[in-house]
Amino acid sequence: MNDMLPAHEENLIRVETPLTDGVCTSLRAGDMVLLSGDIYTARDAAHRRMYDTVRKGLPLPVDLKGATIFYAAPAPTPVGKVIGSIGPTTSYRMDAFTPVLLEYGLKGMIGKGNRSPEVIEAIKQYRAVYFAAIGGIAALTARTVKKMELVAYKELGPEAIRKLTVSDMPLVVANDTRGGDLYARAQHKWRILV
Amino acid sequence: MKEKTSLPLRRIRAENITKAVKKLFIDANTRLGRDVVAALRAGLKNEQSQLGRQVLEKIIENAAIASKASMPLCQDTGLAVLFIELGQDVRVTGGDFSRAVEEGVRQAYDDGCLRKSLCDPLTRMNTGDNTPAIMHIDIVPGNQIKIIALPKGGGSENMSRAVMLTPAAGMDGIRDFILQTVEQAGANPCPPVIVGVGIGGSLEAACLLAKKALLRPVGRKNKKDRRLAEMEAKLLEDINDLGIGPAGMGGRVTALAVHTEMMPCHIASLPVAVNLQCHAARHAEVVL
Repeated sequence: MNDMLPAHEENLIRVETPLTDGVCTSLRAGDMVLLSGDIYTARDAAHRRMYDTVRKGLPLPVDLKGATIFYAAPAPTPVGKVIGSIGPTTSYRMDAFTPVLLEYGLKGMIGKGNRSPEVIEAIKQYRAVYFAAIGGIAALTARTVKKMELVAYKELGPEAIRKLTVSDMPLVVANDTRGGDLYARAQHKWRILV
Repeated sequence: MKEKTSLPLRRIRAENITKAVKKLFIDANTRLGRDVVAALRAGLKNEQSQLGRQVLEKIIENAAIASKASMPLCQDTGLAVLFIELGQDVRVTGGDFSRAVEEGVRQAYDDGCLRKSLCDPLTRMNTGDNTPAIMHIDIVPGNQIKIIALPKGGGSENMSRAVMLTPAAGMDGIRDFILQTVEQAGANPCPPVIVGVGIGGSLEAACLLAKKALLRPVGRKNKKDRRLAEMEAKLLEDINDLGIGPAGMGGRVTALAVHTEMMPCHIASLPVAVNLQCHAARHAEVVL
């Protein structure tokens, strides 16, 4: 196991959405990525709705094929800005809904914190990728968003699904198609408490 | 006990309470306290992980950008938690006290571009204005009102826990519970965290002590009880030895501080609460 976490500017990998099998299988846990293209925001309430929708056999409000979901709900947009502060919410709360969304074509997820064994397995099975973003740097992250459009579930307020066009959003690959796990590896490397 | 003479009655208008609360929540959400920035800079010096240092640098940079642009540090602008010390010689005029506070919260979240993050627990429908606020009010001597605003994010609150230990569990039991709580939380509460610990009292008193502990300037040790000050220092070392690191991506700086508060408890009990605070440790206060 490679326990070095690449953290050099020169190691940055540029990735564009929509994500393909090829891109997903090429990424490894610990890779530093700059992501560009369209992504969707969806968190707790939107996940519950999407999950219930596909379970009923109804069409989703967004096409998930090759899509990337950012587990996030932005702060309101100040006058003259594209978006308010935005950053990742904790991902484990989406775990129960994730394998089904991956089955429907979801390829990328952006959030913070580790995932369940079921999600880690589904990421391998469906050749997807889970990116970790840094929480709590939302004014900085907002700068990577060039465009925002509300696309579904408006009544959920901040939790509505929005399409964001992002440019060079800095992320770290947390879980890859081979079962690599950034968070598990990090703790294995740095824990010294007996 | 020496009896304090009551001060002349002072009238404070409800609208001034509203204005003050509004300003506090906007300030707290857009400006990171100097104590927190100083603790982050100290962490940057101690961090051995290159990725960990990068995370800390971004957190510090974000604080500067947020302050300059008057944008929230974090999109999760939190539950509106307030600690209020209401002088017993204050008379609130021109409106209800609690309503004035709620109105201040409403206005802050509306006018300050702060995210409304409260919902019905069952339907999950957003309440639309980030109320109700969560108010803890103490009646104190004097004719002033002290208001502390603590916007509290969901990620770190979700990783907080309380337990009713047996007296037999003792200091070791307390230590194990705190360490387990931080370890299980991992990257979720946005480390480096501040660990608020409440020991004793009842179930809810321990929780309240743990949250109050978060109001201390970061890294200021408990001055009332040397045992607690020692415990804080040892626990901070142990927590940082967990290796969770900044953003949970590995490293030496998992917590910036451990703050512990304690009060007597029932002879049958040993309540312990751990309230985790993310690195966006926001609070602001004013005295009216």
